[in-house]
Amino acid sequence: MQAATTKNAQGWIEVGQLDDIPKLGARVIKTEEGDIGIFRTAEDEVFALRDECPHKGGPLSQGIVHGKKVTCPLHNWNINLDSGEAVAPDEGCAASFPVRMEGTTIYLSIVAEENCPNK
Amino acid sequence: MAEKLVVIGNGMAGIRTVEELLKIDPLAFDITVFGAEPYGNYNRIMLSPVLTGEKAFEEIVTHDEQWYVDNAVSLYKGKEVTEIDRVKRRVIASDGTTAEYDRLLIATGSNPFVIPVPGKDLDGVVTFRDMHDVNAMLDTAKQHKHAVVIGGGLLGLEAANGLMQQGMSVTVVHLMDTLMERQLDDVAAGMLRASLEERGLNFLMGAQTEAIIGKDRVEKVRFKDGTEIYADLVVMAVGIRPNMELAKTSGIHCERGVVVNDTLQTFDPRVYAVGECVQHRGITYGLVAPLFEMAKVCANHLAKHGIGRYEGSVTSTKLKVTGIDLFSAGDFTGNENTEDLIFQDASSGVYRKLVVQDNKIKGAVMYGDTIDGIWYFDLLRDETDISDMRKNILFGQAHLGDSGHGDDNRVIAMSDTAEICGCNGVCKGDIVSAITEKNLLTLEDVRAHTKASSSCGSCTGLVEALLAHTVGGDYSTAPHLKPMCACTDMTHDDVRAAITDKELKTVRDVMTGLAWKTADGCAKCRPALNYYVISAWPKEGLDDYQSRFINERVHANIQKDGTYSVIPRMWGGGTTPQELRVIADVAEEYDVKTVHVTGGQRIGLYGLTKEQLPPIWKKLSAAGMVSGHAYGKALRTVKTCVGKEWCRFGTQDSTRLGIELEKMTWGSWTPHKYKMAASGCPRNCAEATIKDFGVVCVDSGYELHVGGNGGIKVRVTDFLCSVKTENEVLEYAAAFMQIYRQEAHYLERTAPWLERVGLSYVKEQIVENEEYRKQLAASFHESQQYMQDDPWAERAEGVDKHEFEPIATITLGNQAVTA
Repeated sequence: MQAATTKNAQGWIEVGQLDDIPKLGARVIKTEEGDIGIFRTAEDEVFALRDECPHKGGPLSQGIVHGKKVTCPLHNWNINLDSGEAVAPDEGCAASFPVRMEGTTIYLSIVAEENCPNK
Repeated sequence: MAEKLVVIGNGMAGIRTVEELLKIDPLAFDITVFGAEPYGNYNRIMLSPVLTGEKAFEEIVTHDEQWYVDNAVSLYKGKEVTEIDRVKRRVIASDGTTAEYDRLLIATGSNPFVIPVPGKDLDGVVTFRDMHDVNAMLDTAKQHKHAVVIGGGLLGLEAANGLMQQGMSVTVVHLMDTLMERQLDDVAAGMLRASLEERGLNFLMGAQTEAIIGKDRVEKVRFKDGTEIYADLVVMAVGIRPNMELAKTSGIHCERGVVVNDTLQTFDPRVYAVGECVQHRGITYGLVAPLFEMAKVCANHLAKHGIGRYEGSVTSTKLKVTGIDLFSAGDFTGNENTEDLIFQDASSGVYRKLVVQDNKIKGAVMYGDTIDGIWYFDLLRDETDISDMRKNILFGQAHLGDSGHGDDNRVIAMSDTAEICGCNGVCKGDIVSAITEKNLLTLEDVRAHTKASSSCGSCTGLVEALLAHTVGGDYSTAPHLKPMCACTDMTHDDVRAAITDKELKTVRDVMTGLAWKTADGCAKCRPALNYYVISAWPKEGLDDYQSRFINERVHANIQKDGTYSVIPRMWGGGTTPQELRVIADVAEEYDVKTVHVTGGQRIGLYGLTKEQLPPIWKKLSAAGMVSGHAYGKALRTVKTCVGKEWCRFGTQDSTRLGIELEKMTWGSWTPHKYKMAASGCPRNCAEATIKDFGVVCVDSGYELHVGGNGGIKVRVTDFLCSVKTENEVLEYAAAFMQIYRQEAHYLERTAPWLERVGLSYVKEQIVENEEYRKQLAASFHESQQYMQDDPWAERAEGVDKHEFEPIATITLGNQAVTA
């Protein structure tokens, strides 16, 4: 099921249910400014990142999720899901987006955190 | 509260252990380090380039004082520990500083051996061990002319070369008749001596020093035969002795070194020892690589982690004299049970000798061109049976003819702008400066920092050669048995065996059952584990799609822009007008950007989005086409020629045979991609001799060839055997594929696997042992029952729908919409 996206008063947009994302997996949210990857860890934490690897723009949502990291499918950079920062010694970051859970419903803000210039 | 760890010795071994420990468990100990030298930690093996002036001291510092601060390690530098009180568990330094310990690590290294001759304490007599010695030599070189180096071993020759670079006239005095007799045989030693003499070094061989003569400082050296030579500087470089005085006086059992067990503990289990001061299984070491291996095991044990054991090291040597290439490893002298394989080309200055016993390399000596030293060293440590390659082994691995590097194999002679890694565009200069600036010591480090050799791996040999050349011969080679990845200490083989023995049937079970160090593994081990599970348990094993690389998860090949390709199977390279029509229709309907004939005799459609995949598959599926698995570690294609049906030279029906092979094997998962071919005659138009499994039809039947590769490293197949009938071809094909599936490591193609296990082994298993061959073939067919469902048809019907559709679409102005 694709979710209907609804925005509530605080700028939070409902994007779907926890179970829409496989454990240790990710889905894509299409936006006018480009794709956002939304990730689910083994512990059911949910994170959202600009779906572009800081290295060569690979779609992070297609990578393998492990711990709180995702490995880009193109050249195996590891990106921290919580900060969007690449794991050293690689340098760079993917913009991260606030996520809020209400029960099993996922809300996203499309105002990126100030963590990196690559919004 | 954290326990207290005290480290005596601020050198490479002690700090490496601390570093490994911090990596595993940074909070396990409060760490205090005592160092007799007034510096942070520096790379002692790089003292030679400091002496020659090729490097400054600052460049070889590996841990400056800030490092100790950042890692909350207390450093007492310039303080020599003089007493270990094992009852009160504390150490006392010369200035009275004390520190208590719960665990103690002795890493006191070694002392240079000073020959007990009169005059040994005169001014101007030095050893070559630390920065203090190097400074003394550099100072002397500024004011004086004549240097005598006593000792024609590795250290002595490096000292002599350095002093000569500093403008001194240098004589090397050696007790024996040949140089570096512990590392080189007579021939290589002779070549080395000639080359060093050409550069201006003088040698006095078979000379026994009797006295060093001088009033205040050294003036002459006198030998047993009465001759004397002038000397303003004498460097004693005759060897090292483990520095075990402190341990000995503290009542810790010592023989030639501090005696340790396989977990690096001394006879007092609270007290550990690592590095040059230890004696392990009767052996003492004076090189860096063993010390790193010890550090790892010791840190693991300190952190109460894992079951690592140090089982001794086989070492290799390389002389750090610019422009001189020599390599030696293992037992290169041999005995009555060994034989020598020798290649000698005096005018090119190339010499190679391998000492072989029972078809296994026991030792190697190389002079002139040492690029294959790493390969021989691997064969030595892996105890590989070389009977299949004896004829060619002296010519090297020829890995440097790999595609992407031309034939440029003289890595040392390359310019800094020469491209080493063709995949990631990394030049020699980038790699060398990363190695020196970031103090990289392993191939893994170089990969992480530069990306060189991290994609296709064809330049691995070149990168290793650069690493060896830049940091000196005793760089940290990859351990003999490599753990799968950083998530475990187990090797691929260990893990495979455990999956079968312990009946582990999901990736999660494997990680839990084998005490994985990370919660969910990593992108390296998870796909491997998933493959091992489904190949061991084709029926019950859980295929974990989240552990599969994206291509195998969505059954299409991800392209650089995030789009995908679709390549339907064309059995044996054949197609029909109807299939072509459907492909053309699909290409038009979906505005396919590129239609391309692949190297595997089929047609690829490129530039499709994920959402387009299921509807396209539905159309192809309706026309009877299935996934070509062009994206998978799986059976790819079976290439054929038209065989005797059309060709005037054809001897058998290679086309039909190819189709049968493909029908039998499609859908199977393999450790790496797997390609086959069937050619109708020895003209071999289907290029069967560069495939994983190739059939060449001949008039009398079929030749079977295995282990070929046409990619990065071209490897022609090895001939397996000839058979008479098509049925036999199919049986051998199934058996060979199955043994490869069961035994190769994930991401290891048949070519390197075959080289690792040896063709003879494979022949024993499937040519000579008919029963096992039939058993393997039966296992293969059993597994295929669960694999031959077309993944495209399933997904066209809605399987894994979430993989192909966005979870949501947010429109401009954040309007609520239905995606």
